[in-house]
Amino acid sequence: MTTSSLFLLLIAIVVVSFIFGRKRSLEMAQSVGGIRYLHSLPNYYGLMAAAWAAIPGVLLLALWSVFQDVIIQSSVTHLLPESYLTLTGSDLELVWAEIYNLQNGILTEASDPAFYVVVDALNNLMASSRMGKTILVIALTVLGGVWGWRLIKPEQRARNQFEKVLEVLLLASSMIAILTTVGIVFSVVFESIRFFHKVPFHEFVFGLKWSPQIAINAEVAGSSGAFGAIPLFVGTLMIAAIALLVAVPIGLMTAVYLVEYASSKVRSIVKPLLEVLAGIPTVVYGFFAALTMAPQLKSFFEGFGVDGVSSESALAAGLVMGIMIIPFVSSLADDVINAVPRSLRDGSYGLGATKSETVKQVIFPAALPGIVSGVLLAASRAIGETMIVVMAAGLAANLTANPLDAVTTVTVQIATLLVGDQEFDSAKTLAAFALGLMLFFVTLMLNVIALAVVKRFREQYD
Amino acid sequence: MTDQSMNAIERLAETKNERMAKNLTKRYAKEKRFQAYGIASICIGMAFLALLLGTIFYGGTSSFITTEIKLTINYDADVIGVTDLTDEEELAWADWRGLLTTSLAERFPDVSGRQQVRQRNALISSIAEYEIRDRLLAHPELLGTTEELWIVADDEIDAVMKGQVDRTVAESERRITDLQLAMIDDLKESGDIKKKFNTIFFTAGDSREPEQAGIRGAMIGSFYTLLVTLMLSFPIGVAAAIYLEEFAPKNRFTEIIEVNINNLAAVPSIVFGLLGLAVFINLFHLPRSAPVVGGLVLTLMTLPTIIISSRSAIKAVPPSIREAALGLGASKMQMVMHHVLPLAMPGMLTGTIIGMAQALGETAPLLMIGMVAFIADVPNGALDPATVLPVQVYLWSDLPERAFVAKTSGAIMVLLGFLAVMNLLAVYLRKKFEKTW
Repeated sequence: MTTSSLFLLLIAIVVVSFIFGRKRSLEMAQSVGGIRYLHSLPNYYGLMAAAWAAIPGVLLLALWSVFQDVIIQSSVTHLLPESYLTLTGSDLELVWAEIYNLQNGILTEASDPAFYVVVDALNNLMASSRMGKTILVIALTVLGGVWGWRLIKPEQRARNQFEKVLEVLLLASSMIAILTTVGIVFSVVFESIRFFHKVPFHEFVFGLKWSPQIAINAEVAGSSGAFGAIPLFVGTLMIAAIALLVAVPIGLMTAVYLVEYASSKVRSIVKPLLEVLAGIPTVVYGFFAALTMAPQLKSFFEGFGVDGVSSESALAAGLVMGIMIIPFVSSLADDVINAVPRSLRDGSYGLGATKSETVKQVIFPAALPGIVSGVLLAASRAIGETMIVVMAAGLAANLTANPLDAVTTVTVQIATLLVGDQEFDSAKTLAAFALGLMLFFVTLMLNVIALAVVKRFREQYD
Repeated sequence: MTDQSMNAIERLAETKNERMAKNLTKRYAKEKRFQAYGIASICIGMAFLALLLGTIFYGGTSSFITTEIKLTINYDADVIGVTDLTDEEELAWADWRGLLTTSLAERFPDVSGRQQVRQRNALISSIAEYEIRDRLLAHPELLGTTEELWIVADDEIDAVMKGQVDRTVAESERRITDLQLAMIDDLKESGDIKKKFNTIFFTAGDSREPEQAGIRGAMIGSFYTLLVTLMLSFPIGVAAAIYLEEFAPKNRFTEIIEVNINNLAAVPSIVFGLLGLAVFINLFHLPRSAPVVGGLVLTLMTLPTIIISSRSAIKAVPPSIREAALGLGASKMQMVMHHVLPLAMPGMLTGTIIGMAQALGETAPLLMIGMVAFIADVPNGALDPATVLPVQVYLWSDLPERAFVAKTSGAIMVLLGFLAVMNLLAVYLRKKFEKTW
C-alpha cells in the first residue's frame, strides 16, 4: 500500500474510533442516568478515542517513512564487494545512486554485476518494509483506537485530556518557526563546512577573483576555479547602495509629506497605490529592469558620449530595486513619524517654527532611531533581493566601482550555481551554500542591529 | 533721550524688521521647497508605477491575440502516407506536415525554388501539423475529404499582422521576406487571414514556439503549489498564533520563539530555497521540481506573515468576551476555540490571503528546488514536475524571440490579475468583518 492510501485508511480508522467512542460514552451515560452525569460532553470521549487511535499510528508512519531508507541501505551494505566498502563521500554516493537507478529501472545495465545482488536484496527488503509498515501502522492505529475506546468511563476526564493533547499540538505548531531557523542554519552551515575544506576560508572571504564555472568536477585538469568572493560582495553592496540612495530619500519624503502635509483624501489615494508598488512580484521588476530600464539607461548614457555602458548595468538593477523598496521605507518611516507625540510638534509650532523646520529639527531627531532601523531593514532586503539582480545585473564578476559596468551579486551567484542538475559535492555547488551562509548571517545581523537600535535609542515620551 | 539716539534705535528696529522679513521669506521659501520635495517624491513613485504597469500592459495585450490563416485541407491518404488510422506503426511515419504544405502550395501555386518554398511553408506555425493530426484522429471519417480550417500562423506573420514589423526596412534587416509580405497581403485581400483571441495562450503548456506557448501548465503548477502552501501554512500558522497569544507562558522559551518568527520574516527568500534544496530534496529525497516541495518551502516562508497577522487578529478580540466565556464555565480551550477563534477568523483569513499572494509572486526559492525546468506538459498532481507563473515569466524573459517578450508581459498581466483579485478579496474581507468593539 502506498503511503498516501495508508494515510487515508488511517484517517478512516480515526473517524471510526471517534464515532464508536462517542457512542460508548452515550451508552455509559444511560446506565448512570443521563449525559449530565458524564464528566465531559460525549464528543470529547469520541475525540479522546480518536486521539488514541491517531497519535501512535501517525508517529509510527512518520518515523518509518523517515528511517526506512537509511536502515534498508545499511542492512544491504555488506552485500557490496569489499572494494566498495572503503569508498567515502562522493564516490560512495555515486555507487548508491547507480544502485537506486538500477532498482527504479532508470538504468538497465550495471557497471558491476555485483550490484544486481544488492538490487535484489533492496527490492526484497523494500517490499517487506512496505508490507510491514502497512500491517504495523494499521494494527497500532486499531489497537490505539480500541484502547482509547476501552478507557471511556463516565468519570474519565476526557475533556481535560483532549485539551492537553490540543495544547501540545499548538505548541508543536509554534515550534516550527524554531525548526525552520535550525533547518536553515544546519543546511547552510554543514555544506559550508564541506566547502571550506576544499577552499580555505580566507581565500573565500578575501579573494579578488571569482570564476567558479570551470570547477565542474575534480577530474577535469586545472579545474581549481577561483572562489574569491570580494567581487560579489562589492557588487552586492554597490547595487544595494544605489537602491538605498533612491529609496531612502524618496521613501522618507513621501512618508513626511503623507503624515505632515497631505490631506486625508490624498493619503487615502497615495497609500494604497504605494502598497501596489510593494505587492508587485520581484520577477516583474526584474523583467522591467532588464527589458526597459537597462536599454534606456544605455542609450541615455551613450547620448552623453559615455562609452562601454554594459547592457546589464548595476545602475539599472539598483534603480529598479530602489523603486521596489520605496514603499517599504515609507511605511516604516510613516509609523515612526506618526509615533512622535503631538506635543512635540505643538511645542515647536508655538516657538514659531515652520512645518519643515519642525520636521527637520524636532521630528527627525525624535524619530531617528526608528528611521535608522527602517533603513537597515531596507538594506537587508536590498542585499537579499534575488530576481531583479538575476535578470538585470548579469553574471560577470567584475571588481569595479563603476555603476555602469555589469556586476554580479551574492544572490545571483547562489541562483546560477544551483539551478540545473549538478553534482552536489563539487566546490561549485557548495560555494552557493557558503554564499548563502554569508547572506543569512549578514541579513540576520542587520535585523538584530535594527531591533537593537530601536530598543537602545528610542525615547519614551508619554 | 536725544533725537539722535531715538533715530539710532528706530534704525536698529527697522533693520531688524527688515532682516526678519527677509529671513521670513527665506524660511517660507524653504518651507515651499520642502513641501515640493515631498510632492516630487510621491510623484516619482506614482510615475514609476504608471510606467511599469503601462509598459507591461502596452506590451502584453498583443499576446492575447493571435493570427490564423484559412487553408483548404485535403485529407489525402497518399499525402499522409497512412491507410489505416488505427495502425500505430503506420501513424509513427505519417507525414502530417505534408497536408499543410500541399495545401499551401495550392493556395500559392506560383512559387518556385527551394528558398521560396521554404518561405511559403514558414507562413504557418511549425506545430500546426499536430492540430491536424489530432483533428483527423478524432474524426477518422474526414480521411479523403476536404475542409477549410483556420491554421495558427507563425509568430513572425503574427508580428506583421500586429503592425510590429517595419516594412520600409531593407529585406535583409528583417526576419520576414518580401515574398512572405506579398503572400500576407494576398491573404488579407481575400480575407483568409484574421486576428482572433488567443485561446492557446490559456490552454497550452509551455513550448519553444512562441505561437504555441501557453500559461496553462504554469497556472496549474501555481495552483497545486499554493494549495499545498495553504493546507499547511493556514492550520500551522493559526495554531502557532493561538499558542503564542493565549497559552504561552511568558518565559525565555516563548521569547525565543517570538524573536525567531520576527527574524524569519526578514530572511531573504532565496535562503529558504537553500533550505528546501538541502532538506526536502537532498535529505528527504522528495521529487525535484514538484509543487509539493515548492509548497513546503513557501509554507515556511509565509508562516511568519500568517502568524503575525493572526496574532494581531486574536489580540483585537476584546478581553470581555474571554471573561464572559470563562465566567460561564468554559475551559480555556473552549473559550479559545468557541469564541476567540471564530471572532478572529476574518482577520486571520485576511492575513492568510496576503501571505498566499506573497507566495504566488515568489520566484527565487523555487529556482533553487528545480522548478525552472522546461516543462511542456500540464501537471496532473502535486508530485508531477511543474513550474509556476512567476518562474514562467522568468523563463520566457530569457528567450530571444520577439513574440516571447509579449508573452512574458501577457503572463505578467495574468499574474498581476490574480494578485489584484487576492488583495481585493483581502481588503473586502477586512472591510466587511471589521468590528469595533
